[in-house]
Amino acid sequence: MEGPSVEELLAKAEQDEAEKLQRITVYKELELEFDLGNLLASDRNPPTALRQAGPAPEAELRALARDNTQLLINQLWQLPTERVEETLVARLPEPTTHLPREKPVPKPRPLTRWQQFARLKGIHPKKKTNLVWDEVSGQWRRRWGYKRARDDTKEWLIEVPDGADPLEDQFTKRIQAKKERVAKNELNRLRNLARAHKTQLPSAAGLHPTGHQSKEELGRAMQVAKVSTASVGRFQERLPKEKAPRGSGKKRKFQPLFGDFAAEKKNQLELLRIMNNKKPKLDVTRATNKQMREEDQEEAAKKRKMSQKGRRKGGWQGSGGKRKGGPPSQGGKRKGGLGGKMQSRPPGLGSKRKGGQHQGGKRRK
Amino acid sequence: MDALDRVVKPKTKRAKRFLEKREPKLNENNKNAMLIKGGNANATVTQVLKDMYALKKPYGILYKKKNITRPFEDQTSLEFFSKKSDCSLFMFGSHNKKRPNNLVLGRMYDYHVLDMIELGIEKFVSLKDIKNSKCPEGTKPMLIFAGDDFDVTEDYRRLKSLLIDFFRGPTVANIRLAGLEYVLHFTALKGKVYFRSYKLLLKKSGCRTPRIELEEMGPSLDLVLRRTHLASDDLYKLSMKMPKALKPKKKKNMSHDTFGTTYGRIHMQKQDLSKLQTRKMKGLKKRPAEKITEDQEKKPKRIKKN
Repeated sequence: MEGPSVEELLAKAEQDEAEKLQRITVYKELELEFDLGNLLASDRNPPTALRQAGPAPEAELRALARDNTQLLINQLWQLPTERVEETLVARLPEPTTHLPREKPVPKPRPLTRWQQFARLKGIHPKKKTNLVWDEVSGQWRRRWGYKRARDDTKEWLIEVPDGADPLEDQFTKRIQAKKERVAKNELNRLRNLARAHKTQLPSAAGLHPTGHQSKEELGRAMQVAKVSTASVGRFQERLPKEKAPRGSGKKRKFQPLFGDFAAEKKNQLELLRIMNNKKPKLDVTRATNKQMREEDQEEAAKKRKMSQKGRRKGGWQGSGGKRKGGPPSQGGKRKGGLGGKMQSRPPGLGSKRKGGQHQGGKRRK
Repeated sequence: MDALDRVVKPKTKRAKRFLEKREPKLNENNKNAMLIKGGNANATVTQVLKDMYALKKPYGILYKKKNITRPFEDQTSLEFFSKKSDCSLFMFGSHNKKRPNNLVLGRMYDYHVLDMIELGIEKFVSLKDIKNSKCPEGTKPMLIFAGDDFDVTEDYRRLKSLLIDFFRGPTVANIRLAGLEYVLHFTALKGKVYFRSYKLLLKKSGCRTPRIELEEMGPSLDLVLRRTHLASDDLYKLSMKMPKALKPKKKKNMSHDTFGTTYGRIHMQKQDLSKLQTRKMKGLKKRPAEKITEDQEKKPKRIKKN
């Protein structure tokens, strides 16, 4: 009998499936990236529909959100489920998005003195019961702590031992012994802590709290640390390949008390000559630099005013430009101190000057 | 400094538990967020902070008073707050003429500022303006990021990481499928980030997976990226460092083939098969006298076979 053939049946089954899934399938050009541990989905598709929408793309945003949420829910429903107290619960995988921690990784504490000894000898802590039977009170009491089983300071009758002084107070003696034991324990605890932290914390001076600094900052911190000795760093040893620090000597240099007689004579005579001069000595380069700076400042102030008020006469700018054309020839002769300042300014000024000249030209036309 | 904490021992168990909760651990606690108002916060910004607090409950602290600080200039007061309240995420709202409706979103590492991103609020619709039912507080939201901008620039990538950190909620192993109630959708488009939150309605579809319909529920914000203060690469790397104990362990000596069968490998020492320990049955143990007679018997048997 020729019933429906196998291929037709299969095709029909596929069609039925597709229809069923139609309601939950979403077509996307690029697959979303899922991080189910965080219930997170990232859609890399460029939002073309949204770009075409106007200023308030609410409906389009909602449609996009619906599609993306549908895909995420599809993924979540694929997860293995189990029944926990009458509710259906899905087991989430580990989150894959790597997020920064809020606190640094805990460092393992170094062993205390006793722990090191115990490890060496192979001593393991014995499991002890919490409560101990106390004969005196006739009940179970703690091994240690408040109202413990054998507290020798709480005894109401103490026999005076044979060799002891009869006038000595045995009760206070026991209390004193207890206090000494407590103090010793505390001392040992602090010593263990200090030993642990000596290895963990280098000096905090000059170092960033999170242990994170640039090379220059670390270098500076190192230099400061070197100089912070009683002899101000004079007898500090250096590492084998470390270079000597440059420029750490005195900045002021004085001539020796007696030495070069000829130079001393020359200096004294020069000084006398200057003092006897009636006219003040004019340093030409300094004067011109000062004048130039003043002119530039005036120009800048005027330009600001001009730009605030609006466009106006540009005629005088041309002459200003011409004036500025002069000084650059003296650039080579500038002194070191002023030269430093002037060097940083000319590039910017140069561009301004050029702009000024152009503007002047256009306006004249 | 934890050294100082341990020099002064806590006198009560409660204090000890408090300190243990705050110390660095292998598996960290859920990150708390603090929501702070700046000196000149206006009504919009205050309402935004209140709505975010509602979303972040119970892992958030809303400071009611105004704090006159500027996060981008001086981070010490933020770090002080973070240390006092043990919060590693913060949201700071302010408003001035130059930066209207400003929101600074940030996170801390070791009580020092790691990343800070300033966002401007262009449009805001509050929780109470949308009149419909809301979901219970403390539900874990679903997060969706749309738009290719989130991977292009470093700023956007950090913003995405920061938003995930801020909104994801506690990490859980199981989740009740009916309890997936709301979704936060972030879209990056034309330099703006659209933040929308929708409530989920599960409708019947032909198969097991339900069809989703969305209903706008919560705060919706249009954000613009302003300044950023991102951590340097090596500080960021330091904060991302995973302790060795938590790294996923590779299972060795196991392999799978294409049919789904799992194969395992066992490594053995070389065995001397003659000295193999098999089961001992005491009754069958040979006594010396029997041994001799057996030998004698064996010999004739052999001859017979021959």
